Amino acid sequence: MFDLLKVRINQGNQAIPDIKRAVINPMFRGLPEITAESCDKSIEEICPVGALSSSPLSIDMGKCIFCADCERACGKGEIKFTNFHKTSATSRETLIVDMHTNAQSYEKTAIQARKDIKKLFGRSLKLRSVSAGGCNGCEMELNACSNVNFDMGRFGIDVVASPRHADGIIITGPITENMVYALNDSYLAVPHPKIIIVVGSCAISGGKFAGSPAINREFLKNHKIDLYIPGCPVHPLTVINGILNFIGR
Amino acid sequence: MKWVVTKNNKPLEIKNIPELSIRDFRQDIIALAKQKMRVVSFFGLRKDNAVTIYCVMADDETSRLFVASSKLNLNTTYDSISQSVPAFSMFEREFYEEFGILPENHPWLKPVRYSAGRFDKSAKIEEYPFFTMDGEEIHQVAVGPVHAGIIEPGHFRFMCCGENICHLEIQLGYQHRDIESLILKRNDFNKKKFNMHLAESIAGDTSIGHALAYAGAVEALSNCVVSRRAESIRAIALELERIGIHIGDLGAISNDIGYLMGNAVFGATRTLAINSMLAICGSRFGRGLIKVGGVAFDIDTELMKSLSKTFRKIDHDVTLMGETMLSQATVLSRLETTGIVDKHTASEIGMAGLSARASGYSIDVRADHPFGIYKYYPIYKTSIDNGDVFARTYLRYVEIGNSIKFIFEQFDNLPENNTPLLNATGEFAGDSFVVSLVEGWRGEIAHCAITDADGNLIRYKIKDPSFNNWFALALAVRNNGISDFPLCNKSFNLSYCGFDL
Repeated sequence: MFDLLKVRINQGNQAIPDIKRAVINPMFRGLPEITAESCDKSIEEICPVGALSSSPLSIDMGKCIFCADCERACGKGEIKFTNFHKTSATSRETLIVDMHTNAQSYEKTAIQARKDIKKLFGRSLKLRSVSAGGCNGCEMELNACSNVNFDMGRFGIDVVASPRHADGIIITGPITENMVYALNDSYLAVPHPKIIIVVGSCAISGGKFAGSPAINREFLKNHKIDLYIPGCPVHPLTVINGILNFIGR
Repeated sequence: MKWVVTKNNKPLEIKNIPELSIRDFRQDIIALAKQKMRVVSFFGLRKDNAVTIYCVMADDETSRLFVASSKLNLNTTYDSISQSVPAFSMFEREFYEEFGILPENHPWLKPVRYSAGRFDKSAKIEEYPFFTMDGEEIHQVAVGPVHAGIIEPGHFRFMCCGENICHLEIQLGYQHRDIESLILKRNDFNKKKFNMHLAESIAGDTSIGHALAYAGAVEALSNCVVSRRAESIRAIALELERIGIHIGDLGAISNDIGYLMGNAVFGATRTLAINSMLAICGSRFGRGLIKVGGVAFDIDTELMKSLSKTFRKIDHDVTLMGETMLSQATVLSRLETTGIVDKHTASEIGMAGLSARASGYSIDVRADHPFGIYKYYPIYKTSIDNGDVFARTYLRYVEIGNSIKFIFEQFDNLPENNTPLLNATGEFAGDSFVVSLVEGWRGEIAHCAITDADGNLIRYKIKDPSFNNWFALALAVRNNGISDFPLCNKSFNLSYCGFDL
């Protein structure tokens, strides 16, 4: 009993008080800042996942694995990964950033909050997680969203145990051929109206596994995606802030 | 016996690996297994209509690895090794699934992961042939592939008699991304094109472990020497990964027995550990830290100071919570005698890593086949004989403390910062074979690489410790209540994607 009290006092309050204003360690690689129209190195050789394009120089955060190989290879400060983590977006095109993108404007425009979404899910959003070929990185970070530090549950956002209780599905992984059937079934089991959130570069574009003969991304072509959360793996703050903005909070 | 002897990260020329007849090959393996050697890797390399099987056996006492091969034509059969050495069961199943060469009289010849390159493309994952039992009191419970939390996909089929589990069959393959073939496509050694990013995602919770195994193989083949400081930083990262996951596991185990205080406190303490990794390299899982030839980030004096402070706090918090938790009768009564795997079974089925050590089967690559800095700073193997959930929990608690001590030892002995952290690779050895072993937090990670005459990669075989241990979980839950399955599962915490590749 006294031991438990001692542990409790030692821990204090662990929750991050203001999620929206939380800042990550400057070492973190989030939104890339691009300051030049081009880079004099051969772009195709640099990026391991084909996220980099030339003229104008741009990065597709839906493919990017935030390894910063390009930052080192270009070498003259053309590309710099900042620690800005609010990178979620409601449209796929928004994830492509170039020298006209900056953190302030990105934060204001990347997520188009919809009235119907706010009305339906603004106070409570329950999600069913489907891991479909992920490396367990994004899955662990999604789990971390509900720990005592990030405590996503305080906003009424939870990952629930049954699709029948859910308002949508949250997909991680590039979607393997072997998961096609189970993913589709999980989606069908969620009652209407329902949303789809894709988490991590694998789910958004195939990421590191794009082009593998063992993946099948038909499902995403046939359904409308409501929210894209980039990262490799995603940071819990990116996830929580992305969802909060999306439901108009 | 003609087997060639090598060591961890010591390349061999292919022509020096003896090619035995399948009969001799099989008999030698059985004889080596009788001498307490264990299988590290067993895989095929196809050329036209023939497949060469390579087998690596480890002698842990003398740090030696024995290698031999045997050639078989497609559409032939051979007498299975698993009948005599059960540890080969999963390896032979995998071999059969890939090439269709039948191991006759294999006791449990079932699909492994429905890989993209399987010989029988008509086999579908939805049609897995489950074992069934009949009887008035017998009922089936099917769970997955999508689970009730945020977990990787896998299917569990329980045959129960009332609350009791008679048999559990674990069906995997849902995470199969065909990594082994992607690694071949995306590496061009002679152009110095490596794909570390893929290696980091073989199992994303063991990024550092798999990255080190891959780096070890590539460096051995190209005669690349890593500086002492870089080796030290690598080991610090490997131990930090171990600390982070072990603390998270203690939290998850607490959660599964309804001890929510443990879940909350260990959860918060884990955040400290993985945020330390972020402070070193910008990723909470250590992505981008390990490079072929060294490391991409340094630990300077200032960072070392702040890390030391954090690690002291982690040590203090884990000890406080751990001692409190593990002295509560309600906790102990749930952990003790639950999900037992005894020592004999552990060595028979070839378990690996922490779970093996918790069953008294004391193997640890860091001590048995040392790599990197562990050659100079040996670790002592820790093991417990019980083999139950308590043993696996307590061993995690012990290992956290040992890893923190190891990191402080490295901090005290970090060489001056005048050596480069990244060294270039040299010429790649042609027609060569190398085994690279690393002790990840789960256990032995084994990567085997084979190059062609030009020094380019033609086969890359990956073995995650989960490959050894999933079957152990199935045995552990036998005759336990089905409600204890989540607890047993967490105490192993195996990787789905590391198994499925």
